[in-house]
Amino acid sequence: MSLEYSFKKNGYDVYIARDGTEVLDFLKTMIPDVILLDIMMPNLDGYSTLEIIKQDERLKNTKVLFLSAKNNPKDIEKGIEMGADAYVTKPYSIKKLIQQIEEMFE
Amino acid sequence: MSSFALFFVVLFYLALLFLVAHLAEKKKSKLWINNPYIYALSLAVYCTAWTYYGSIGVAATSGLNYLPIYIGPIMVIPAWIYINTRIVRIARINKISSLADFISLRYGNSRSFSAIITIVCLLAIVPYIGLQIKAISETFHLVTETSISNNILTDNATFVVVLIALFSSYYGTKYVDASEKRLGIISAIALESFLKLFFIIILGIFVIYFVFDGFSDIYQKASQFEDFKEKNTLNGIEDAMNWMVLCMISATAICILPRQFHTAIVENRQEKHIKTAIWFFPLYLLIFTVFIFPIAWGGRLIFDGQKVNPEFYSILIPQHFDNTLITVFVFLGGLSSCISMIIISAITLSIMLSNNLIIPYGLLGKFKSENEVQNTRNITNIRKFSIFALIIMAFVFYKYFILRTSLDSVGLISFVVIAQLAPAFFGAIFWRRGSYKGAVIGLLAGLAVCYFGLIIPQYYFSYNQEFKGVLREMYDAFGFFSIPYLSRISQIFFWSLLVNTALFTIISVSVKGNYRERNFAELYVDIDKYIQNHENAFIWRGTAYVSDIKNILERFLGKNKTEQALRIFNLKYNIDSQAETADSRFIKFSENLLAGRIGTASAKILIEGVTKEDKISLKEVLNILEESKENITLNKKLTEQSTELQKLSDDLRNANESLIIKDRQKDDFLDSVAHELRTPITAIRSAGEILADDDDDIPLEIKKEFLNNIITESDRLSEIINDILYLDKLEHGEIALNIKENNILETYKKAVNPLLHLIQQKNIHLSEVNLLNQYIFEYDEARMIQLFQNILGNALKFTDDQGTIQTKLSDKDNELIIKIFNTGRHIPEEDLEMIFDKFYQSKNQNIIKPTGSGLGLAISKKIVQAHKGTIKAENSGLGVTFTINIPERIPQDS
Repeated sequence: MSLEYSFKKNGYDVYIARDGTEVLDFLKTMIPDVILLDIMMPNLDGYSTLEIIKQDERLKNTKVLFLSAKNNPKDIEKGIEMGADAYVTKPYSIKKLIQQIEEMFE
Repeated sequence: MSSFALFFVVLFYLALLFLVAHLAEKKKSKLWINNPYIYALSLAVYCTAWTYYGSIGVAATSGLNYLPIYIGPIMVIPAWIYINTRIVRIARINKISSLADFISLRYGNSRSFSAIITIVCLLAIVPYIGLQIKAISETFHLVTETSISNNILTDNATFVVVLIALFSSYYGTKYVDASEKRLGIISAIALESFLKLFFIIILGIFVIYFVFDGFSDIYQKASQFEDFKEKNTLNGIEDAMNWMVLCMISATAICILPRQFHTAIVENRQEKHIKTAIWFFPLYLLIFTVFIFPIAWGGRLIFDGQKVNPEFYSILIPQHFDNTLITVFVFLGGLSSCISMIIISAITLSIMLSNNLIIPYGLLGKFKSENEVQNTRNITNIRKFSIFALIIMAFVFYKYFILRTSLDSVGLISFVVIAQLAPAFFGAIFWRRGSYKGAVIGLLAGLAVCYFGLIIPQYYFSYNQEFKGVLREMYDAFGFFSIPYLSRISQIFFWSLLVNTALFTIISVSVKGNYRERNFAELYVDIDKYIQNHENAFIWRGTAYVSDIKNILERFLGKNKTEQALRIFNLKYNIDSQAETADSRFIKFSENLLAGRIGTASAKILIEGVTKEDKISLKEVLNILEESKENITLNKKLTEQSTELQKLSDDLRNANESLIIKDRQKDDFLDSVAHELRTPITAIRSAGEILADDDDDIPLEIKKEFLNNIITESDRLSEIINDILYLDKLEHGEIALNIKENNILETYKKAVNPLLHLIQQKNIHLSEVNLLNQYIFEYDEARMIQLFQNILGNALKFTDDQGTIQTKLSDKDNELIIKIFNTGRHIPEEDLEMIFDKFYQSKNQNIIKPTGSGLGLAISKKIVQAHKGTIKAENSGLGVTFTINIPERIPQDS
C-alpha cells in the first residue's frame, strides 16, 4: 500500500498483481517499464515468473527487480544470474528503491 | 475275456501312458507336473507285482510276514530328510546319474568299482524284472482264461513285453545327458502309482462290502480257520527276530535299489519335494497294507479247499463273481506295478550298463575321434539297445529259469543281493576313512555268501533237487553258522552283511586309501560345506591345457554348448577367457560336463588322456582340503562382513538423505519465517518512512490508514512470534496437557462464541450435527478450544460470504470424531497433506493476506498428536472437510 502510494506520488502508473500468473495476465496487454517481483508467491513463484518474462521479446527493455525477504547471498546471486536487474531485500527504504529505479533509466 | 479284447485294453492303457509322458514333457513348468506329489507318487515304483500280488499270497499263507516290506520303508523314510537331502546335493554337483556312479565316485572314481556295482545290480535286478514279466504273463492268461504257450512267438504276453520294451527305450533315452530329469516318464510312473492304489482300493471295497458283510464279517469267518491265530501273531521272539530282519532288508532296499535311487535322487527336481515325500509315501504304503489283509483272508474263505495260487486272489475273486470290470481293473493295477518297475529299472540299468561297462571298457577310443552328433547318436543307441536287451533278457530269464519260483522269494533274494551295496553306500556319506579296497573286498565277500547261501539253494529248491556229493559236504561244514530261529533269507542277510561290513571296516582302517578317495570322501561327508564352490574342493595338480580339454568337450557337447559352458565357468571364477592352462577347478568342471553323458569314470579317463597329473601325497591332500575349508569359512565370514558393511552404508546413505531433506526443510522454514517477519516489518518501515517525511501533501485519511497499517502489521508480527514460540514448545513437549474429563458440547460452545460476530459479518450459515452417544471425553479443554478455533477460523477465512460451515460430532469405537465442513474452494489434492506444514499458507498466500500467522493448522496438528489422535483434510463435493479423531481416553504415557 505504501509502495503504491509512493510510486504514484512520483508519477508512476501502478498495477498490482496478486501472484505470478496475474503478472503474466497483465503482461498480455501492456509493456511496463519496471516490474517489482516478490519471490515467495502463490501459484507461480518469482523465479518462474522472471523466466517467462525473459523469454518474451516484447519485454526486453522492461526492468525487473526482485523484492524479497530472502537475503542469503546465494539467493541474491541466483536472482541476478537469472536476469533480474536488481535484487532488493526486505525491509527496504522506499526512497532508496525509487532512486535506484530512476538511476536505471538515466 | 478274450485275449484279443484284453490285448486292446493293454494297448489303450499304454497309449494313455504315452500321452501323459508326452504332455508332461511338453508342459514342464505347469503346476500339475512340477509339484512334490508327482515326485512322491513316483517313489511308489517300489510297489511292484510282488507288493501287488505277492504280498497277498504271503498274507494268506504265512500271515504277518507280508508286513515288513511296508514297515521297513515306513521306518526309514523319515531319515531321508537328512540322508537323501545330502545325496541329492552330492548327485547334483557331481552330475551323478546312477547308483554305480554315486558309490564309485566316492571311492576314487574307480572304473572297476563302478563296473562291479553294475554287474551286481544286473544280477539282482534282471531276475526281478523277469518276475514282473512273469506276473504280467500269468495274470494275462488268468484273465483271458487261456494257458501259457511254450512257444514265445505265439504267446500273447510276449507282445505285451515287446510293447513295454519299445516304450521304455523311446522315452528313457530322450536326453543324452543321463543326469537330466525325465519328466515325461516320471509323470507316467506317478499316474501308474495312483492307479494301482486306486484299483486295489476298489477291489478292497468290493471284497469287504459286496462279497462279505464288512470287515468284521471277514475277520469273524476267517478266525474259524485253525491257523488264523498262529498266522496273525508274532509267535514269540523267534518270529519277531525274523520279522525284524525282514524289516531291515526292506529298509535297506528302499534306499539302495537302483530304481529307488533313480526316482528319489536322480529325478529329484527340488530338495523341498523330499519334505512332502517323507509323509506322503509312507501314507501311500499304509493305505496299501490296509487292503491286503481282507483280500487275502477273503480269498482263503472263498477258495477254501480249492487248489489255486493265493498270489492271484486279487484277480481270482472278482473273476469268481463274474465281475469283468473289476477283474480288468485289478489286472491293469498289476500291469501298472510291473510296467513302472520294468521301465525305471531298465532305464537306470541301461545307464549303468552304458556308462560303467560298455563305454569305459570298449568305446572310449572310438568316441575320442568322432564328432558330437555321432557321439550323441552312439550313446543314445547304446542306451536304447541296452533297455531293449535288458527287458528281453529278463523275459528269457523268466521263461527258462524262474517259472517255478514264487514272487516273494525272488524279490527277497534280489533285495538281499542289493543290500550288499549298503556298507559302501552309507559309508560314502558318513565315514571319511572308508576306502576303495575295503568297499570292494567287503562287497565281493558279501556276494559270495549270498551266492552260496541263497542263489544255489534257491536253484535246487526250485527244481526239487537235493544237494549231493561235494556240495552236500560243503553245506554241512557250514552248518555250524546256521542260526536256528532265523529263516534262510534272514540268516544269509545277517551273515553276508556282517562279513561285508567287517571286511570293509577292517581293511579301510588298516590300509590307507589314495588321495583321490580321500578327496571325494571329504566332498561327500562335508557336502554342506562344499555345496557352493565344490569345484574348489577338487584337488588336482599337474599340467593341462584348456584347448585340449575343450577339444574333448566339443566331441560330446558340440561347439556352441562347450563355448557357453566355458563362458559360465570363466564368469563364475573370474578367469580370463584367454587363459591357456587349466586348473583343478576346470578339470572338475569338465569332468562334470561329461559325466552326465558317459558316466563319471569314463569322464575321468577321457580328461586324464589329455592332461598330465602329478602325484600328490595323502598328507598334502588333507592339508589342501583343510586350507580350502578354512578359505570357505573365511570367505563366508568376509561375505557376512561385506553384507554388514553394505547394510551400514545403506543406513548411512538413508540417514544422509533424510538429513538433506531435513536441511532443506529447515531452509524452507527459515525462508518462510524471514518472509513472514520481514514482510510486515517492510510494511511498517515503508509507512513510517512516508509519515516521517512529514509531507504536508499527504491527505489526512491516508495518514490514518498508514498509522492503522503500522498497528495491524505490528499485531501480526507479535502474533507470528507468539505462534512460532508456542509451536516450538509444543514440538518439544514443553507444554503440559491438562487432561481432564470434559463435556465436548460445552467446549465447542466456548470455542465458537468469540467467532460468532465474524460469522455473522460474513453472513455464513453455521450449523452443528450432534450424533454423540455420550458427551464426556478426556482432553485438555484450553487446547481443544484452540483447536476448534483454528479449524473454524481457517474455514471462515476460505469460505465466501453466505457460505456454510457445519460441525459434526460423533463417537465410534471409543473415539471422538469431529468433522468440520466448509464450502470454501478445494485444496489442490497434492497439497492436502502439506497444509499442516508450518507456513503452508505463506507459500500459497495472496497479496491480500488472510489474517493469521500461517501456523494455525501446524499448531492444530500438534495439539491432536499430543492427544494421540489424527487429523486430515479432504475435498468433498462442495467444499473441504477436516476430520479429527481423538481417543475417548488418552493413553497413560501422554
